Amino acid sequence: MKPFEYAAPRTEAEAVGLLAADHVETEVLAGGTDLIGLMKQMVVTPGRLVNVKEIPSMQAISETSDGVVIGAAARLEDMAEHRLLTPFSSIGDAIVGIDSQQWQAQSTLGGELLQRPRCWYFRSGAGLLAANGKRVTEGDGRFHAIFANSGPAKFVNASRLAPALIALGASIRIMSPGKEDAEVQTLPLASLYRTPRDESQRENILSKGQLVTHVLIPHPQSLANATYEVRHGSGPEAPLVAASAALQVQAGLVAKARIVIGQVAPQPWESSEAAESLVGRPIDLVTAEQAGQLAVAAASPLKDNAYKVQLAAVAVKRAILKAAGLPTGGF
Amino acid sequence: MAEVFWPPQGSASLLGGEHNRIDGLAKCIGSAKYAYDVVPDNMLVASALSCPHAHATIRAIDLNAARNMAGVVAVEPLKKEGDEIRWEGDLVAVVAGETEAAVAEGLAAIKIEYEVLDHFVDDTDLDAATEANVTRPAGRNTQLQNRDEDADQEFERLFNEAAVTFEGHYGINVITHMCLETHGSTCESQGDKLVSHLSTQNVSGTPGQIAGPIGLTAQDVTVHCDYIGGGFGSKFAADAWGVTCAQLARNTGRPVKYMLTRSQELKNAGNRPSGFLRAKIAADKDGFVTAWDSAHWGTNGTSGAPVSQGVIPYVFNPPNRRRVATGIRTNTSPARAWRAPNHPQGCAITQTAYDDVARHLGLDSYDVFLRNLSTVGERAPIYEDQMKLAAKLMDWKAKWHPHGKGGQDGSVVSGLGMAIHTWGGGPHASRATCKIHPDGGVEIFLGSQDLGTGTRTVIGLVVAETLGLELEQVSVQIGLSEYPSSGPSGGSTTVGGVSESTRRAATAALNLLLTKVAPRLEADANQLEAVGGKIQIQGNQNRNISWKEACGQIGISPIEAQGEYAPRVTYPRNYDGKRLTDNGVAGVQMAEVAVDTETGVVKMKKFVAVQDIGLIINRKTARSQIYGAAIMGIAYALFEERIMDKATGAFVNAELADYKLPRLGDTGEIVVELYEPESEYNRGVIGLGEPPVISPGAAISNAVCNALGKRVSVLPITPQRVLEAISGGA
Repeated sequence: MKPFEYAAPRTEAEAVGLLAADHVETEVLAGGTDLIGLMKQMVVTPGRLVNVKEIPSMQAISETSDGVVIGAAARLEDMAEHRLLTPFSSIGDAIVGIDSQQWQAQSTLGGELLQRPRCWYFRSGAGLLAANGKRVTEGDGRFHAIFANSGPAKFVNASRLAPALIALGASIRIMSPGKEDAEVQTLPLASLYRTPRDESQRENILSKGQLVTHVLIPHPQSLANATYEVRHGSGPEAPLVAASAALQVQAGLVAKARIVIGQVAPQPWESSEAAESLVGRPIDLVTAEQAGQLAVAAASPLKDNAYKVQLAAVAVKRAILKAAGLPTGGF
Repeated sequence: MAEVFWPPQGSASLLGGEHNRIDGLAKCIGSAKYAYDVVPDNMLVASALSCPHAHATIRAIDLNAARNMAGVVAVEPLKKEGDEIRWEGDLVAVVAGETEAAVAEGLAAIKIEYEVLDHFVDDTDLDAATEANVTRPAGRNTQLQNRDEDADQEFERLFNEAAVTFEGHYGINVITHMCLETHGSTCESQGDKLVSHLSTQNVSGTPGQIAGPIGLTAQDVTVHCDYIGGGFGSKFAADAWGVTCAQLARNTGRPVKYMLTRSQELKNAGNRPSGFLRAKIAADKDGFVTAWDSAHWGTNGTSGAPVSQGVIPYVFNPPNRRRVATGIRTNTSPARAWRAPNHPQGCAITQTAYDDVARHLGLDSYDVFLRNLSTVGERAPIYEDQMKLAAKLMDWKAKWHPHGKGGQDGSVVSGLGMAIHTWGGGPHASRATCKIHPDGGVEIFLGSQDLGTGTRTVIGLVVAETLGLELEQVSVQIGLSEYPSSGPSGGSTTVGGVSESTRRAATAALNLLLTKVAPRLEADANQLEAVGGKIQIQGNQNRNISWKEACGQIGISPIEAQGEYAPRVTYPRNYDGKRLTDNGVAGVQMAEVAVDTETGVVKMKKFVAVQDIGLIINRKTARSQIYGAAIMGIAYALFEERIMDKATGAFVNAELADYKLPRLGDTGEIVVELYEPESEYNRGVIGLGEPPVISPGAAISNAVCNALGKRVSVLPITPQRVLEAISGGA
């Protein structure tokens, strides 16, 4: 770890000001469960850390006319137990899936959404794209992407909550440094992520000084939702594949659906094919199975990870069944 | 006078009971100090730079910039120009400094120019290794019932005449020791004396290893290790890092802590060799294996040795057997002894083949194992007995179904598997000194160590039993090289060694005490015994004095007596049919698993371990030892593997976050049965560390195979491998 400056502001605007300083590399520190390890490995070497966990306005979980607003510094443990989030079992499923009391107690929502990829080449200092993807394609890519992997990025997005939140239609509030005062914008959560084309880009669109302050989940309307993770054992490690489904059901038929798969692409991977196949139909083993197959029709596995295609199809099927309260047939 | 041999079964007051560890509280509240926890005043921290290449020579090395960094106090090269690096992560230079941050910057400032060379790290593919010219023959041997026949013709005949003949492929990847406390030490230098707080399995044996290279003699070096955070066979030596830490402390005159980082630990400080095997097997209609013809290979790192031929096939010894062993040299760090060297791999790659005999014939695996017990030697009746016990605990007969024919619940299938094992576990050399103080205090000293298995408690129990005291009245002093020397803790040798030397020392001390007490009781010392906190006339509870009163007769100086066990020195080991320690155990394990056929995820449902260990000193820690072994076995059966990147030669999952281990939620129900009939009890104490970790791989693989009706060839059985086996033909 290299020496660094440490700042602990109490307001969002102050945090953005500290992050935007142009003479020093800055990083946002929240729970630290990911960043500290990266700093110890010297994969990330910021000159300044800005701790946003002590900013009161970013800690709360509250309700507005538009939906539920969660501060980016809210802890996963607080979310898991919060009454406003009980309609969103897909979020609860993902938090339970993280399966470590320490991580649940220490991790924040913002940090969870913005944790860096677990790609072992990136983590060993080979860069986010690992020599333009060559390290992955020539090396061992058993846990890497099966979608959107034709460019240099082969890693998978690490967030466990993003698939659930994107399926639920969540948006994020971003504060940016302005000419005089900080500026605020709201974007769909899905647009936070990107697939980088070169080493100058990260896996998200945030530019220097930008801070995700809140996440907004619209009020549910007869919404069935669930997350299903295929896990190689318990513990906090990433699932092999995960899928989240959010289904609006009217009179026994799906009126609207969103299906998002995690751990399969450099971004959370939304399958509109799977979602559309459900519209106007009931949820049963046949429709769920079809949706799963459609979700992976365009998969392009690497030499080592074809098994993930099967896992993605099963995860989608089981997330849909679980959302509808039906047995998944497996563990 | 007190008798040195163990009391008859059922008559001991403490031995064989359920006892908490005497250091349990210290470990729970954190007052137990591990090498990592020792932080002397004014201490420097040290850390090493690792080579990023799997194979290279050092063209140039420049440490000057590092030496000039603020906060850096010393820089020691571990390699020099022209040296060859033979695995990724090998350590090149060490920096000691005031803070971790200063050391990190110092390491980053070291300039090394490498000439990168070709590497080879794939131990799975024998053909590829042969083509790359990195193999070496590691023995071949043939055993035929008809000794005079030509081997090729005889095997051909046996295969033609068999009820079933098949070819199988089996394997088990390299795993690492993954000690929770990484290797290393904290060293303090005082003049010409040096104290090394070394994380070690070998307190008595390491001072000399440190002293020579730093210009001292062993008498000037003290090794101290009260607690160790895992060793499993990888912490017998002081190692280059232990010596370098001592050297840095000498050079700087300040205490130094130098522990390996997690990735350095995994890449340098211990791994278990892989094993892969192709076998052609013939069996009769009852599943008796008539012929075994195998080739096996694997790697132990740069020297290229596979697992020993002696474990192929494991425990069973078929009448006709041919085995060819090939080692593969890889650019990976040298293997170290891992809990029961050779046996877990031998079991995993051959008792799976025995289970496949049952699969191919549609027989019950239990019956096939039973049928082949006639080839295991003198311990066959014990295996048979243990199999019956295990089957009862597993409810095997009720749960059994032929391979792949168990029916499905949704996408989930279930299965049973078993395996058997053997190990030595005889005692290592050990000396002990027992002191009885005039005020009644009792101390026992051994230069031994407690790996977390409960050795400290076992020693205390033996002393307390011998002196007729409670465990709490005995002070156990171990973990210091200044104490009477005791062997390294490996190979299940510790409990036998320390219990024999301790029993002899405590008995000798007691006999000195009895001599002093005899006049008070107006009796001959030969008539006295120590029972229940008293010295009494044998069998006469009315004529006694309390322990404290008895010790009042000692005089000014405490009683001090030595006890020793030395292999190859003759003791009356069979006196009156009794002995203190012995060697050689059996053991049977059974696993029940559920497999999700859509995801390939395997879940442990139940695991049964039946184990003989001779005389049990502490039933509670004996059972714990087996729980731990079962969990470690579940780890290598279903989760852990060293993943080598063939393209770069890097060990890519060398972090706890990427190196998959089971959690308690993954272990299912574990049932332990200690097998201790009088015949086993009377053999005396036998080690338990290794045997129960041997069978889990094969037992679990066999259970998965029974569930699926297909063999997942290579351990660990990951979801990926299960799905590949289901979609493949095998």
